[in-house]
Amino acid sequence: MSDVPVLEVDHVSVSFGGRTVLDEVSFDVRRGEFTGLIGSNGVGKTTLLRAILGLQRLDSGEIRVEGEPLSRHNHRLGYVPQKVALDADIPMRARDFVALGLDAQRYGFSRRTKAQRDRVDEILRDVDAERFGDSRVGSLSGGEQQRVLIAHALVGEPALLLLDEPLANLDPKSVQEIVSLLHSVASDHGVAVLLSAHEMNALLPVMDRIVYVTNGRAASGTTDEVVQSDVLSALYGHHVDVLKLHGRVLVVAEPGQDDAEIPQHPTLTVN
Amino acid sequence: MHYLFEPGFFSSAPVGIAFVIGAVSAIVSAIVGVFTVMRGQSFAGHALTDVATTGGSGAFFFNLSPLVGFLGAGVLGAGAMESVGVDRLRGRDVATGIVLGFATGLAALFLYLDTTKSASTGVSQQILFGSIFTLDPSTIPLVVVMSVITLGVLALIYRPLLLSSISPDLAAARGISVRVIGILFMLALAVSVGLSSIAVGSLLSTALLIGPAATALRVTRNLHSALIVASVMGVVVTWVGIILAYDSFYWFTSSQGLPVSFFIVALIFLAYLLSGLPGVRRRTASPTAAAPAHSLERAAG
Amino acid sequence: MFSGFMVNAWLIGSIVAVVAGVLGFFVVMRGSAFAAHAIPNGAFAGAAGANLIGVNPLVGLGVFSLAAALGIAKLSRRGRADAVTALALVMMLALGAAFLSQSTEYEPAIFSLLFGEILGVSTSQLWPVIALGAVCVIAVAVLYRPLLLTSIAPDIAAARGLRPERLEVIFLIILACATTMTVPVVGALLIFTLMIGPPAAARCFSDRALVAMGLSVLIALTTIWAALACSFTTNWPVGFYVGAYSAAWFVIGRLYVVWRRAYGRSRRRRSAVSKDVALIAP
Repeated sequence: MSDVPVLEVDHVSVSFGGRTVLDEVSFDVRRGEFTGLIGSNGVGKTTLLRAILGLQRLDSGEIRVEGEPLSRHNHRLGYVPQKVALDADIPMRARDFVALGLDAQRYGFSRRTKAQRDRVDEILRDVDAERFGDSRVGSLSGGEQQRVLIAHALVGEPALLLLDEPLANLDPKSVQEIVSLLHSVASDHGVAVLLSAHEMNALLPVMDRIVYVTNGRAASGTTDEVVQSDVLSALYGHHVDVLKLHGRVLVVAEPGQDDAEIPQHPTLTVN
Repeated sequence: MHYLFEPGFFSSAPVGIAFVIGAVSAIVSAIVGVFTVMRGQSFAGHALTDVATTGGSGAFFFNLSPLVGFLGAGVLGAGAMESVGVDRLRGRDVATGIVLGFATGLAALFLYLDTTKSASTGVSQQILFGSIFTLDPSTIPLVVVMSVITLGVLALIYRPLLLSSISPDLAAARGISVRVIGILFMLALAVSVGLSSIAVGSLLSTALLIGPAATALRVTRNLHSALIVASVMGVVVTWVGIILAYDSFYWFTSSQGLPVSFFIVALIFLAYLLSGLPGVRRRTASPTAAAPAHSLERAAG
Repeated sequence: MFSGFMVNAWLIGSIVAVVAGVLGFFVVMRGSAFAAHAIPNGAFAGAAGANLIGVNPLVGLGVFSLAAALGIAKLSRRGRADAVTALALVMMLALGAAFLSQSTEYEPAIFSLLFGEILGVSTSQLWPVIALGAVCVIAVAVLYRPLLLTSIAPDIAAARGLRPERLEVIFLIILACATTMTVPVVGALLIFTLMIGPPAAARCFSDRALVAMGLSVLIALTTIWAALACSFTTNWPVGFYVGAYSAAWFVIGRLYVVWRRAYGRSRRRRSAVSKDVALIAP
């Protein structure tokens, strides 16, 4: 396996609506790495993910997947969007939805081969979704649906899995389950994971690297490198303190500063 | 002036009645329509007009006044739609479609029975495309009363209606019964559809409901101005339509004139298209106008 | 009931049902009920206009359906879809009314364009219907998988390189094509019912997409056969029976869903209990 990073984001800038959304963002993701894209709402995480998928035009900079420039569809990328409204009336079983991840772009009909069906079974086992594989995809709970979406993205054996705020609407137990699932996906199957979140504490145990985004600017590296007062203060443009307590991180602004931009665990208050 | 108003215009009683009823139904439609468009219920609004068709044709068969038919069927249809598919948005569209389909089939039946019952032709035309020049003057009081009641109800539930249209969850959290408000609104919708069906016919009352409202929401910033702009536009369009329709009798050698509804709808459509021109549209879209409530919900996530 | 002019009615009715069942499956899944209602109304205007200027009505139907489909697709992007669809729909109806008012056959023409003339279908109408119907069904078959993903999860589809917006336009065009062939037969207002009721019912009965589509066709067929038979017997319009039976199937489907949910719940409870028992007693 070559040393080429799975993903290279190279000084990417994006602006629209008269606003600079991303400003010279750069980072790499390597094979099998678990990277957290951390930032509060509206800082540009979704824009960045869309740019990686080739859905957003770049003002400047370049994005490369396994050394190759972006194309319209890159089957080396798997994607789990933030909200997928799956109606309970949709006549599709979870396993059929996952199977669609293999060939949704193909024209016409063809019976699924045994190899394909086995692959679907295998991936359902990997995400622990076997028991509801035959249920309607719209009748599943939030956590169960999340697993099916992940399976759908993984079934085509991508090199990189992108997830847009997968933890946002889950209860704490489901958050833990999904995080450890994604971690095993990354370490056992060698699939790099890049997921965006507005709160980093749930990810601290499993994150290899962090890309911390605010005001369209980003700092990337290991958590120890990035989550430091001086680094984040430079990023925010005003002084912030980083407190580490019992394995959790608290980013605190000075009194009087606007706390709204700081990603926080909802139950931990600032000041 | 002579070219605009063909001979006999000002002295004609039916024209005067047309003006009054047209204006009243236009105002009610516009006001109800603004909320309808905001709530993303344009399909339901249109479906109710088709249901009204059923009522109108059924009324003829049972020898009732068409207004009664329009209103009665509208209310029944509104009830059916509201009770079948309230929760999920897509379920609601399907439920609306089913009710519409059934009502349309019923309308086909009534129209068929109507034509076998009496030798009179033109029943379909009246019901579907309006009979504003041949209205019975005795319907005026009923129309006015129903309009006042409808507007009164809307004025009463104005604030809860606004909130539950933008965010049902927020409204529920404040103790507003979203379901009750929804039903009341559907009833108001049914009545306004019934009223305008008299004027422009059931098939085309959708235009009076949606057109001025959608146009107003495009060019104004807040709800109050939208309501006023929509009402004014509705009345102007109706009056101009009446004038043109009257004049059109003299345009063609066939002396067959074009229906009023055609002119009104054409003017409404034109106005909507014009409002899309750059410079006319508001530059910054406010959330209530640019997205119906459900997609706002999803966006707020 | 099975001789003479009725043969054509059975044939064309069956073809219309198949097309409606297949297309309707996606209409319901995509929430395009309103567009499916609006496009046929555009066809109404087209037929009326063609009638007026003495052109083959099928041409008018086709042109206006297509214009309606493309117009709705284009305008929906700039304004809110449902309001735009409503206005476009009504504008076309008004045009149709205007065209018809200038011709001498006002009354019966409206009726047949809106509610259909399936009992008066001639053999010469058969071939265009069969051809256009085949085109529509084949188009859906070819685009089956992309349509499926873009309908359910457009964001994921876009990430895979599919183009949801373009597929929407294509789907509306296929709808316009289907409309062209069916409006003269079952009428503008009623092809819509066949595209909503049977598929909505079918997806209550099956968890699998292809099975649901097959059921959708089956239910549409039984609906139109029953409607034809009843209409032949009572002389009442076919459209009335189509509307009534579609609604009935829909109600049956919903009841089945409710029953299944209740039955599933009690079954799970029973098996949960027996699992607990198994734990206690080795």
